[in-house]
Formats: sequence, structure tokens, C-alpha cells
Amino acid sequence: MTITDAPKILTARLDRYADAHTIARYEETGGYQALRKALTTLSPGDVADEVKAASLLGRGGAGFPAGVKWGFCPPGVWPRYLVVNGDESEPGTYKDRLLMERDPHQLIEGVLLASYAIGAAQAFLYIRGEMPLAHERVAQALNDAYAKGYIGRNIMGTPFSVDVVLSWGAGAYIVGEETALIESLEGNRGMPRLKPPFFPAAKGLYLQPTVVNNVETLSNVPWIVSNGAAKFTELGADTSKGTRMFAVSGHVKNPGVFEVEYGVTTFRDVIMAPVYAAGVRGDRKLKAFIPGGASSPWLYEEHLDLPLEKVIVDKAGSMLGSGAIVVMDETTDMVKACLSVVSFFAHESCGKCTPCREGTTWLRQILERILAGYGRPSDIDLLMDVSDNISPGLVWPPKQTTICPLGPSATAPTASAIRRFRHEFEAHIDRGMRARGEQPPPAQAVAEPAFAGRDHGGLE
Amino acid sequence: MARLTTENVGVAKEIISRYPRPKSALIPLLHLSQEQDGYVTEEGMQHIAELVGVTPAEVLGTCSFYEMFKLEPVGRYVVNICNNVSCMLCGSDELIHHAEQRLGIKVGNTTPDGTFTLESVECIAACTEAPALQVNYRFFNKVSTDGFDGLIDDLAAGRLDDDVPAHGTLARVRQHIPDDRRAGSIPPEGQTEPAWMHLNEPPASADGGEPS
Ligand SMILES: Cc1cc2nc3c(=O)[nH]c(=O)nc-3n(C[C@H](O)[C@H](O)[C@H](O)COP(=O)(O)O)c2cc1C
Ligand code: SF4
Repeated sequence: MTITDAPKILTARLDRYADAHTIARYEETGGYQALRKALTTLSPGDVADEVKAASLLGRGGAGFPAGVKWGFCPPGVWPRYLVVNGDESEPGTYKDRLLMERDPHQLIEGVLLASYAIGAAQAFLYIRGEMPLAHERVAQALNDAYAKGYIGRNIMGTPFSVDVVLSWGAGAYIVGEETALIESLEGNRGMPRLKPPFFPAAKGLYLQPTVVNNVETLSNVPWIVSNGAAKFTELGADTSKGTRMFAVSGHVKNPGVFEVEYGVTTFRDVIMAPVYAAGVRGDRKLKAFIPGGASSPWLYEEHLDLPLEKVIVDKAGSMLGSGAIVVMDETTDMVKACLSVVSFFAHESCGKCTPCREGTTWLRQILERILAGYGRPSDIDLLMDVSDNISPGLVWPPKQTTICPLGPSATAPTASAIRRFRHEFEAHIDRGMRARGEQPPPAQAVAEPAFAGRDHGGLE
Repeated sequence: MARLTTENVGVAKEIISRYPRPKSALIPLLHLSQEQDGYVTEEGMQHIAELVGVTPAEVLGTCSFYEMFKLEPVGRYVVNICNNVSCMLCGSDELIHHAEQRLGIKVGNTTPDGTFTLESVECIAACTEAPALQVNYRFFNKVSTDGFDGLIDDLAAGRLDDDVPAHGTLARVRQHIPDDRRAGSIPPEGQTEPAWMHLNEPPASADGGEPS
């Protein structure tokens, strides 16, 4: 096992102190010193350079380097805005809420440093609606930080001025997608915009250059500014530097949110080690695990020794996504697990694109009928066919016939479950047919994909 | 009582003042209206439309997209049981079934006395605490069927009133930006580079345009 004694960047304070959310505790433990250092000794460009040198990968799902993203704002176009994505709702994901509830000042200091680095005229901190405690803690933290002169006009007596506005959602997973979040912040239905042209860095909030970053991403920034990029890149491996929070849930003995060294720690470590999730519940066998939230293709026992490293997991055909590991033991009905994830996407599709709106609904209905015992032998290929219409070829990284990646995400569980556990689908269908007095077809080896080489109208 | 009260109009105006465009305040104002009345009323939406300067249809258009806004009265306590994958693996099906039995209603309904509404919802970001539920968006973790019964008893008897306010109330702390600290909301038009953009740069490059 590779359990390292890397320092905790994000959770050290909240691990140690029950009152980590108060400004008194935050200041006492070095809080707002990174901001002071920046405003007294560093230029905005210096802060941006430091974060770029740290190669801090975004923690919201796509894993794009934050420093590089900050550099995408077109020169000479003002104002720029900063939008903080606190909409955490990808199934399996639980870490941003913890950071907002338990250490809101760390996030706020990160927001201020990012605003300084990019030249933001105003910052908007968007919290998921279903998180009133996070909202209360962040509101209190903002009020206290304003009173102390850390936010607002002439911060710490310097010319740097920026308001941080708390905003909140009202229940819609898709609003976590950055362009949908921007629509929501403009007071609209939270439906994604087409990229291009609406890349936030070019045309974001009110069509101005906008940087959207995740809560965990920005919570790293005070540490990077205080300790320097070099200290940050000492931790981690390859492309994945620093530490990262992973929520391990499902069939494990000790589910929890663990901050581990990024790029080095393996799936086996976080799932099996006694200090982390402590192994599969009841010492049963592991059947599969979701490595990076509901949108990620499933991985299996043979992947346990992969390090939690972005590029390595990408190459293995999945992703670390939002740092959400969901473990399924040998008793799991994979058709049911598949339906659970597919239903989520069907419910949360915003309805803008036909393949996603109709496809996810059909996937759900077919899976429901299979589980209810009314499946047809042709249904398994039909599931793959519908999935292929949403994401041509069912390859990784997924191709897209839709405006945003939600539609293709819904094909990940279906393709994963059918490729690995086709016999479980067949068993449900056979059971239903026998119950109705029909004779199931003899088992046959089916070569996938049944739709290979089909014309997708130039979409591939 | 469905238009915003005078006090809430004050709150609404403060919220609107924080955004470069008034329409951006729509979701927070719909929450305010729901906090006042327990659900979002037509008069409430009309009033919000006046405050924000859009049509009532636009307010309804936004409102109807978001799950949390209820266009009809719901129970004092809205019980949301997560049905997503982590909770499903840890027994949320049984919990939901048990909740239906205990409350005597199916998911999506409200008890005849108007106390409880039962919903089965998507991931609530408590995956490591499965099976999890929320009552008026307050979290309850690792809920067993017995634990559920105890929770319902406590709620019905008013023993959790301090922790769980009536449906509609979300955060009980509001952001307030004091006038003397306000940097101001910056509209998208007519802006130039912030004055502080070259703070702490060495003098040689102080006139050097864009930082890279
Ligand atoms: C369907 C969908 C849902 C998403 N949900 C979230 C979310 O809840 N939180 C988040 O930070 N990013 C989410 N993202 C990713 C955002 O679009 C965006 O990439 C991210 O907020 C950027 O921040 P980062 O670069 O710091 O990771 C989602 C993306 C998609 C396509
Ligand atoms: S892919 Fe789905 S969620 Fe995304 S824009 Fe299209 S319909 Fe909406």
C-alpha cells in the first residue's frame, strides 16, 4: 500500500477543530495571510503564475489546470467575472459541501486570490440550494470577512476591491455544468449553452469573460500562495499534483471523505486500507466500483492498483471526475445499479437536446421493464443502440451528439454494465419469459457492438 | 399574504442591489417568497416580476425549472429520501418503502393533516452517510427504519423545531454587505481594467499593459 504522510492541504483545519468555520479560528491558524502576502508583495500576474506553476487541476470533474484556464480570458476585455461552482450534485460526490460547511474562510480566501489574479470585477459564489447549512456558514463567513476588511472596497487598505456575492440554486443537477450555472446566475432556466461560442472564458456571465472554478479547486489556492508552487508539486505524481479529496461510499466498512496524496495513492488504498474505507462490507468480494461519480465508466478488481492519477485513469477508460468512488460488492444486482444511475440522468436531463432527453428516458424505460420481468431478448442490443445514438461508438473519451456532456454520461453505466455483466441482463429477461410461459432463446455469444460501422450522419 | 411583506421587499431590494442585472436575483427572490408562504404563489411571482422588471411569465419560466420551488402547498416538513446509487446500495429502497407505510402516503404526496410531504430525490451529497435524507433540506445521516420512526415522532411533537424550521426557510443567516465596505456590483458594459491590476509590479513593467 502507498499511504503517504503527505500534509493535508484542505482538511487539516476542519479535522482538528470543531470551530474551523469561525473567523477567529481561521485567523488564529494562519488565515488570510496568503491574501496579505499577495496584496503586499505579489502582483495579480505573480499569483496567476504561481497557480499555473502548481499545475492545480480543476476538481469539479473535467480536471483542467486552473492556472491555464485563468489565462484564457481575452486581453483587454473588461469586466471579467469569477463564478464559484458550489453546486455539488454528481451522485457519489461529497466534498465541496464539507469544505463550505466546515472551512468557508479557506474558500473565500481562495476566491479573493483568484479574483485578484484574473482581475475580476465581481465574484459570485453559487451554492446548491439544498445545502442551507453551507449557505449559513458561508453567509456568516462573508459577513465577518467584510467586517474585518478582507472583502469589499480597498481590501486590507490596498486598492484591490471586489465584492463576493453569495448566490444559490434551487434544485437542478444540470446547473453544475458551467454554462448552465451562468444561465442560472442570470436568472434563467438552467440550460447549458453551446460551446463554442459560449466558452465562459470568452463569453460567460452577461457574455463577459468569466472564470468558473470548483469549490475544492479554489480552496487549494491559499495554501499554494502561502507555501509556493514548488511545495505543492512536491506532492503527487505525473500530471496530478497536490492532494485531493475522495468520497468513498457504497458497500464499504468505513465510508468517508479522505484527503490523500494525488497521483500516488491507489484505488486499493482508499477502498481497502483500514485508515480509509477499510474494505468491502462483510468481507465480500468487490464486484465493480464507480471511480469518479455517476458519469464515469465503471472499473473492476483488476483496476484496484491503479493510482488516483488523472491521465492513468483516463487511459484505463474512465475518469476520476468529481472524486467520488462508489463500491459495489458481489451481491449487487448490476441491472438495478445501472437503472439507478440511468434514472438519475433521465430525471436531470434539461431537455434541450433530443438524444439526451429521449435517449435517457428510453434507457430508463427499457431497464425498468427488464427488471420488472417484461424484458425482451432484443432489449440488450436496444440499450446499446440507444446509447450509441447519444454517444456514437461508445468510446472513451465519449463522443457527443448533444450540447453538454450529460447525455453521453448516461451511457457510461449502461455500456459498462452490459459489457461486463450481460448475463445478468439475460437472466432477468429469461426469468420474466419463463414466468409468462415463454421459452427464452438459447444463450449465444454476442459480439459487440451490434451497430458497428453504422452511419451517424457525420456526427462522429 | 402572498405578495412580499414590506420587510421582505427590503430584503429583496438588498439582494437585487448586489447583482449587475436585476434578473439575476430571481432565484434568491423566489426562495424568499417560498420562505414567506411555504410555497411560491402566483401573486408572489407577480410581485417579483415587478421588483425585477421582467414579465410574470418569465418568473414562472425560471421557477418551474427548479425542483425546490413548489407551486402548490406542501407539508410543514418535506421529507426527501435520497434514492441515488450510494444510498440505493445501502438500503434506500427499504427506507422509502418503510416511510410510505409509516406516513400512510405514497412518494409525492402530503399527509392529510398537512404535516409531512414525502419525496424520493436525487443525490443530496451525503453519499458517505447513506442512506441519507433531508427534512426541509436539513440532513439526517445513516437513517435506519427505526431511526426514521423516531425522527417522525420528534418532528410531529415539535422537538426538532430549533433545527428544522418550517418548509421554505433555508439559510437563517443572510449575507449583508455594509455600505461602507461595498465595492459595488459591476455592470458588464463600459468597464476598463481594474485600477489594481498592476499592484506590486516592479516599476519597469508598471505601464506594460496586460499581464500574461
Ligand atoms: C452535467 C455536468 C454537471 C456538472 N456538475 C458540476 C458540479 O456540481 N460541480 C462542479 O464543480 N463542476 C461540475 N461540472 C463541471 C463544470 O462544468 C466545470 O467544469 C467546473 O465547475 C470547472 O471548475 P474546475 O475547473 O475548478 O474543476 C459539471 C459538468 C457537467 C457536464
Ligand atoms: S445533453 Fe442533456 S442536459 Fe445537456 S444540454 Fe443536452 S438535453 Fe440538456
